[in-house]
Parts: sequence; C-alpha cells; structure tokens
Amino acid sequence: MNAIVKSVSRRGFLKASAAIGGGLALEFYAPAGALAQMATDGQPELTHWVVIYPDDRVVIRIARSEMGQGSLTGLAQLVAEELDCDWSKVATEFVSPNEHIRRKRAWGSMSTGGSAGVRTSQEYLRKSGAAAREMLVSAAATQWNVPASECTAARSWITHGSSGRKVSYGKVAAAAAKIEPPKDVKLRDAKDWKIAGKSMRRLEIADKVTGKPIFGVDVVLPNMLMASIVQCPVFLGKVKSVDSAAAEKMRGVKGVVKGDNFVAVVADNWWRANQAVKQLKVDWDTGQYGNASDETIMASFREGLAASDLPKARDVGDCAAALASAAKVVEAEYYSPYLSHATMEPMTGTAWFKDDGTLDVWTSTQNAEASIAAASETAGLPLEKVEVHKTMLGGGFGRRGAPQDYVRQCVTIAKQFAGRPVKMIWSREEDMQHGFYRPASLVKMKAGLDAQGNVVAMHTVVACPSILALLRPEAIAKGIDTTAVRSFSDSNYTIPSQRVEYAMKNGHVPVGFWRAPGLQNAYYRECFIDELAAAAGKDPLEFRLAMMKDDDRNKAVLRAAAKAAGWGTPLAPGVHRGIAQADGFGSYTAMVAEVSVKEGAVHLHRVVFAIDSGYVVNPDTCRAQAEGNVIFNLGQLYQAHSIRDGRIVESNFHDFALPRMTQMPPKVEVVLVPTGGFWGGHGEPGALCLVPSVLNAVYAATGKRVRTLPIKDGDVRKA
Amino acid sequence: MTQLNVNGRLVDVDVEPEMPLLWVLRDELRMEGTKYGCGIAQCGACTVLVDGQAIRSCVTPASAVAGKKIVTIEGLGAKQLTSVQKAWVEQGVPQCGYCQSGMIMAATALLAKKPHPTDGDIDEAMTNLCRCGTYGRVRTAIHAAAGQKVAAAPAPAEAPNGQKV
Repeated sequence: MNAIVKSVSRRGFLKASAAIGGGLALEFYAPAGALAQMATDGQPELTHWVVIYPDDRVVIRIARSEMGQGSLTGLAQLVAEELDCDWSKVATEFVSPNEHIRRKRAWGSMSTGGSAGVRTSQEYLRKSGAAAREMLVSAAATQWNVPASECTAARSWITHGSSGRKVSYGKVAAAAAKIEPPKDVKLRDAKDWKIAGKSMRRLEIADKVTGKPIFGVDVVLPNMLMASIVQCPVFLGKVKSVDSAAAEKMRGVKGVVKGDNFVAVVADNWWRANQAVKQLKVDWDTGQYGNASDETIMASFREGLAASDLPKARDVGDCAAALASAAKVVEAEYYSPYLSHATMEPMTGTAWFKDDGTLDVWTSTQNAEASIAAASETAGLPLEKVEVHKTMLGGGFGRRGAPQDYVRQCVTIAKQFAGRPVKMIWSREEDMQHGFYRPASLVKMKAGLDAQGNVVAMHTVVACPSILALLRPEAIAKGIDTTAVRSFSDSNYTIPSQRVEYAMKNGHVPVGFWRAPGLQNAYYRECFIDELAAAAGKDPLEFRLAMMKDDDRNKAVLRAAAKAAGWGTPLAPGVHRGIAQADGFGSYTAMVAEVSVKEGAVHLHRVVFAIDSGYVVNPDTCRAQAEGNVIFNLGQLYQAHSIRDGRIVESNFHDFALPRMTQMPPKVEVVLVPTGGFWGGHGEPGALCLVPSVLNAVYAATGKRVRTLPIKDGDVRKA
Repeated sequence: MTQLNVNGRLVDVDVEPEMPLLWVLRDELRMEGTKYGCGIAQCGACTVLVDGQAIRSCVTPASAVAGKKIVTIEGLGAKQLTSVQKAWVEQGVPQCGYCQSGMIMAATALLAKKPHPTDGDIDEAMTNLCRCGTYGRVRTAIHAAAGQKVAAAPAPAEAPNGQKV
C-alpha cells in the first residue's frame, strides 16, 4: 500500500490523502490501493508483468479492468502461482495505457469483456511468472556460483539444495532484472497449483468495505469542476440551439458547454450543475426517428421474419424436406425487449487539459485502449500526449467497453476549461435513457418430430438489431452478427437438419454488449426444446441428453446439475422444476430451477448451477459470479424498456426495477466441474440458463409458456 | 451556514438549504464513500446514519439534519473494521462494490436495532439495490455479524482442479 501511495505522489499530480476515520480531509487524491496505476519509480522489471522490490513486495501488473468479476485477483493468482511468491506480499497495479502504447502494446489486450480476462491471457501471464522465477533462480545461482539446476524457488525464497543457502526474491531481484528472460518455460500442471485454484480473498475487498474513493465518480483533483449533462432524448438527434441564460445565473455555475448531441453545465458542485441542467432550454433536432415506437420496431422485426433470402448462419441437412415429412410440427415465436445495463455507478469521466499540452483522463472503463483512443481523437492530441487512469468500475456488464461516449463527452467539456480538471457524472435519468441496450429480438422457431418423438429438423429465424454493426462492423461476415444468432448457429443438439437465418433489423436505438450478448437465444432455444419435449411426451432432461453427443462436455454438465438438484425426486407441494443447458464464453453450463407460482407471482426457491470451465482459478469468485448472474438475470422476467416518440420511456429505478433482496432465492448451489484441457470464462456463462430454467419450471407449475418478456399479469396464472 | 456533525466532527458548510446531504458530503466535504445511484431514494447507495437511523442522503436536505449525528461509511471502522465490515470481508460480499457503502450502513442500522435479525427482518430493512446480485452474501454476512451461525465461507484451501488440498 505504501508503495502505491508513493507512486501516486511520484506522478506529481496529487497528494495521497487519508480521507478516512471521519477526518474531513480536503486534500486531493486519486484512487489508490488496489487501483494504483503503474509506478514510474525506475524499479527494474523482471518481466513487464512483474516488479519485485528489495523488501520482497511483489507488484503484479494488471491490464484488464476490475468491475466486480474478480479478475484482478485471479490474474494476479496466475502470475503468482508460476512465480511461486508469498501471496501475502502481492500487490497489483494497473498498466498505464500511455506506456502500453509507447511499448507497442506490450501488455496485450486491455479489453475486459466476453468473460475473457483469464482465459485469453492465462498463458502469457503464467509464462511471465515462470520466466521471472527462473531469472530469480539464475541470479541467486550466479551469486552463489553454483548451477541454477541445484537451486529451487518457493514462497519468495530461493534455496541451494546441498549447501542449504537461502536468499529472498527481493535481494536478487535487481540482478535478476538484468538477465534476459528465458524464451521457453515449463508451466505447472494445475494439480500442483498452490495459489491458483484457491479461494484467495479478493485484493481490493478492504477498499470496498471502507468506502475508499476507488471509483470513477470518486476522483478528486485540485481546482476540479463538476459537470452534469442532458442529451438529445431521441437517439441520433442533435442540439439545434440552447438558451442557457437562467442556468448560467445559478449559484456555482461556471459555464455551459454545447456538444453535438448534448449540453453540459459545469459548476463547483455536481448537484448545482444538475439543478442548472434542468433550467436549460434546449431546442433539439430530433431527426428522423422522433416517431419511432415499440410498434414501429415490432413491425420492422415482423418484416424481418417474413423476408426471403435471409443470410444463413447455419444450414445443415434439408430442413424444408424434413419438416414437410415430419410426423408432428411445433412452431413458436418468442420476444425479448431492450434492456439497459443499469450499472450502479452512472457513466462518468474526468478530464484535465494540462498547461504542458497533455491530457489526463480518469474513468471507469472496460477497455482503457478504447478510452485513450477516444480521448486522443476528441482532444485532437496524439496518443503519446494522453494518459488514461483506470479506476474501479461501479459495474460494467458491457456498457463501459466499446462505446466510450462518456469519455468523448468529458473531454469535450474539459477542453472548454483547459487547465482545470472537470468531472462529469451522468444523472441516473441520462444513464438509463442513453444506454447501449441489450437488443430486443423476435425469433420464430419451427421443429419437426418423427413418430418416435425425435427432433428431425429445426428452422430458426432471428430478427434482431446487430450489436456488431454498430460497434464492430468489421466483425460482420456474410450478413451475420454472431452475437445475434448464438445458441442457434452453434447449438450442440444433434438435430439432423438445422437452418438458422438472420434478419438484421437495425433501428435507431443503440445496442451494445450486455452481459452474455445473445443470451436471449438461450432462453428461446431452451424453452422451445422444452416445448418439443412436451410435444414428444418425454422428460425434459432425457429428451435433451438423447440429442447430445457422448463427448459433448455439456452432457456431463447437464447430468451434474440434474444429479445435484435431485431431478426426478419429489418436491414440496406446489414447487416445480425446470431445466436448461447452454454453452458460451468458453464454458459449459446447465441449471435446474425450483419455482412455485402463487397469484401470478413467480417465486424462485432454489437454483442449482453446474459449470465446466476447464480450470477454476478462484472458486469463490466463480461462485460469486454464478450467484450474481442468478439475480441479475431474474430481473429479465420483469424488466423492459419501451420506446415512445423515439425515446426511452423509463427513467430511473422506479420504472426500471432491479431485483431486490426479497427476490434472492434462499439457495443458489454452484457445482464446479472443471475437466481441464481448456480455459472457459465465468462472468457471463452463468447468465445463459437462468431465464429458460425458471420459465420451464413456470410451465411445469402452470401449464403456461412464457414466450414474451417481461411477464405480464395473467401470463403465469394457471390456465 | 449550516453546521453539521459528521462522524463526530462539527463542520460548517455554506450551501443552499435544499442541497441534499449526499452532495454536501461528496462535493463540499470531499467524503466520496457515500455514493450517488439514483437521486430519488430508490437504490440506497447514498445511505448514511442520522441519529442512528439509516436514511437516503440523496433526498435529505442538509438543513434538515443540522445538529443531528451523521455517520458515514468513513466514520465506521476508522481505527479497526466493525463487525459488519469484518463479516463483509469474511463472506466476500462485494463484487463491483459501488452499492456496498450503503449496504453496510443499512446493515449497521438494522443490527443496532435488532441484534439478531431474522431473514424477514433483513428483507424489510435491506431495500438497497445491488446490480451485481450480492444479496445472498449480504444476508449471510448480516447473520454472521450478529454472531449467528452461518454456513462457513468457502474454505480458502479449496482446490477444484485435481489439486491436493
């Protein structure tokens, strides 16, 4: 911790402050603790990921962001495992995006999404730890003038076998840093792990129970001003003109900044800025979408479903012929609405144009490289003159990755106040009405069963706006957005004839990566499979197992969940089970939900979740992600954004409700069944099966299929 | 001038009488532990104690709490963590952590009133929103802080990859 505070002051901006214990400190501080940005104290690096100080403290650099998913700790565990250091001496610091670019992206991807933090960086992180260990051993061996092969390293100490001489890592770190890192290192087998694979306490947890200023909204800088904004209520609209006379007269107001599609008030206190925003008279050019509504969007989806010659995401067998000759055909249409991320910390960014021509930005970001690029472009400054300081994120869920709209805004605002830092915080209303929403989608599924009740064909048409078209157009191939067709295009069911078509129906509502992008499809598919099981008169578990290859990892996971849940065993009166399975984000999952329905309300009593992620780096964190996914996605049953007059209707938590304590099921059981040989994620896989397993249980309880979300009154009353 | 008693210290602030306590704490006193989440008393991220009661500081004018005892997250565990904070660490409650200052303040008020709360008491008192979904662990941690027996937190030695424990 001390080193970290030092590193902050070394940067020369700020004085670290101990604003705790009721001390009403008025000093300035930037987030410290687990959040420290790379020290520039000249302490030699062993590798670019590892710095060891003479007192044995180990600093492990983290390129990804921490938004509650726990990868800050997990990534550090992987490095520490191979380094074989004393875990109690480990601290972390965030890689500086500026330094990252100067060193030609030495730290790889800084993007934090797709449940990919651990699985896509584990190999180079472990190798880096192993290389550092070998360098330390080599330095000690040289010092003792013995062969390195006679020395061993463990828990931050190097020992020479025959003489028993010992030296700690810190004492040889400076010498080791001068050694060329080995090119080829051997990594440990997971069964020998001592630090990875264990439920190490999260490194930032102390900061999170004491109210430390670690989030983007918490940044405090000398002479800082505060900004609140209002954006054009209709997406893609613009500011025509603004009358800010009344606002500018208000106490504390320092100025008004007119952006392309927003107006900001800058004041000495955020509440004052926000009060003044309410007094702005903005004339908006709402553009061509001022009449868009749920109805126009639904009409466009319907048009998509009816279209011919749609791009095919999958086409095996002969779907048309198989459906024509099927003994029974089942058809259904499912719908899900737009949803916002609703991170508890609203979008925020602090920007400071310095007198020396550089720009510093502090922000809660899932992708610091995207942030620095957005800041540089908006400021018109080369990347080398921009630094982005990562803070902890008060939730991300995909909102704080690709778009970076809030970074552009805070830079635009601060540019008008050059020399002074300006912290912009969105009001909750702005946050909810200017998101990059989980796309609404309408999906039609049609399947054929033979006389024995086997599924012979399944034809799926997805009508859905494309996330990739908006945020990563280069990733679209042949008209297919993989996030829009996932779970159908890569379905693991061995149905002989399968056709998946995609109608890309992009509207004006911005869409984005929302925890487990494409997860609506797991809902549609797994509920429809349940419909097919019922049509075939078969048990939903056996029906699924019969359509899965024996070497399908998901088959074992489905069995594990069913076994742990006691599938088929008696339940309390009124309680019913539902089951679902899906893979995604590198992992294989299945879930059993126990539900009762009383007076049209769904009560979730128990959830059993099984996951095979190959390896488990921190079991407790993996469990926490599964628990969180249960409640996060339970919200899907009740949440919706509606569009009227081109704008989002809901504005705050009173009309876009998040689940509360009362809705948390008493039992969430997580069955970790890692089988090794691959690396899967945890942040999102747990999202896939919650809705379908619960709704399949609702069917078991009521005989009613919920094919449209959110659940409306009457949907789940017994027929 | 409004005089406030924050964490046992008296402080004079020159603000509009209607400025919510939240923004006095954050932007005037630079105590950033108390969070803004909704501004309409829905989410509880701004929860502080006023004379021992958990209140939503985003809708409480500073002038209304002049002379009353205000305790914020910075005032808890100044020297050492409180039993609530310790339980939060032991149970690994926070994920992103943004709502947790408010959760901890609400739990502190609940336990002061009801040292051994039932699940029903917890449901009633803990109306704070958590987007990450930490509710199960919040419940367990409150029981643990109350000295009630709870299922043990996952053992640190647990090793699922075929490791020897």
